[in-house]
Amino acid sequence: MMMKCTEATQMLSERLDRKLSTKEKLSLGMHTAMCSPCRQFGDQMKELREITKVYKDLNNVETKE
Amino acid sequence: MESALSKNEGEFSSVGTFSDPIYMQELRNQMIKFARLQVRDEGLAEDAVQEAMLAAYQHIDRFTGKAAFKTWVFSILKNKLIDLLRKEKRHTAASQLEEGENLNGDALMDVLFAKNGHWNKSERPQKWDDPDHGVENNHFWRVFDACLNELPERYSRLFMMREFLEMETPEICANEEVTVSHLNVTLYRARLRLRECLEDCWYQSEAKQ
Repeated sequence: MMMKCTEATQMLSERLDRKLSTKEKLSLGMHTAMCSPCRQFGDQMKELREITKVYKDLNNVETKE
Repeated sequence: MESALSKNEGEFSSVGTFSDPIYMQELRNQMIKFARLQVRDEGLAEDAVQEAMLAAYQHIDRFTGKAAFKTWVFSILKNKLIDLLRKEKRHTAASQLEEGENLNGDALMDVLFAKNGHWNKSERPQKWDDPDHGVENNHFWRVFDACLNELPERYSRLFMMREFLEMETPEICANEEVTVSHLNVTLYRARLRLRECLEDCWYQSEAKQ
């Protein structure tokens, strides 16, 4: 059954925190291939992480030894 | 202009660094700024910084010089903040926090998605053209800062632990006594809100100009 956008967007968020299984990657890939808004959402999640990293640098945050 | 912090890093012996008031003041200011991002309580943030600096001074013999002095002190602060967040958690009525914010999260989901689980037409993500969030763009960072501060306390706390303190899922779940699925849903909703806020307050308003 086709994945819903609510499920796809949650998986696109979780992708930042854990490795998706092969099955998850496959169903997410099938969904985003046909769903342009979810593709945009996936790009924006990556962009958000990059923005957060720059924001951290601007605030002189150093947390790694 | 070069700050005392960047200029002195590596030029001083670690013990000597403590006797340089300009360096220490700049370092303290940066530590407080970072701590405030995590605990959002000025008093608690200052306590954590004070404790971290005291611990650094007391254990200066453990500083091997492999990392920059500032990085070493920040790693002590990070551990102090994690301890603080853990203690604070014990004193927080989690159920009170959950109730309001779950409603908040569900309300957002109802706005973004239709009953069939697909995007509402008016809420579909638009392409973020030319993000222009370079270091020189102060306006963008003010907007991002405001969006971050708009996050509900519970979302913000877990988002900060994940993205700023770079804690891994098992560590956050253990500290906060939440399940992995609860953490995943909370991070998802925090990112949804941040994305929505940035789209409304920056990307779409930029596109209209």
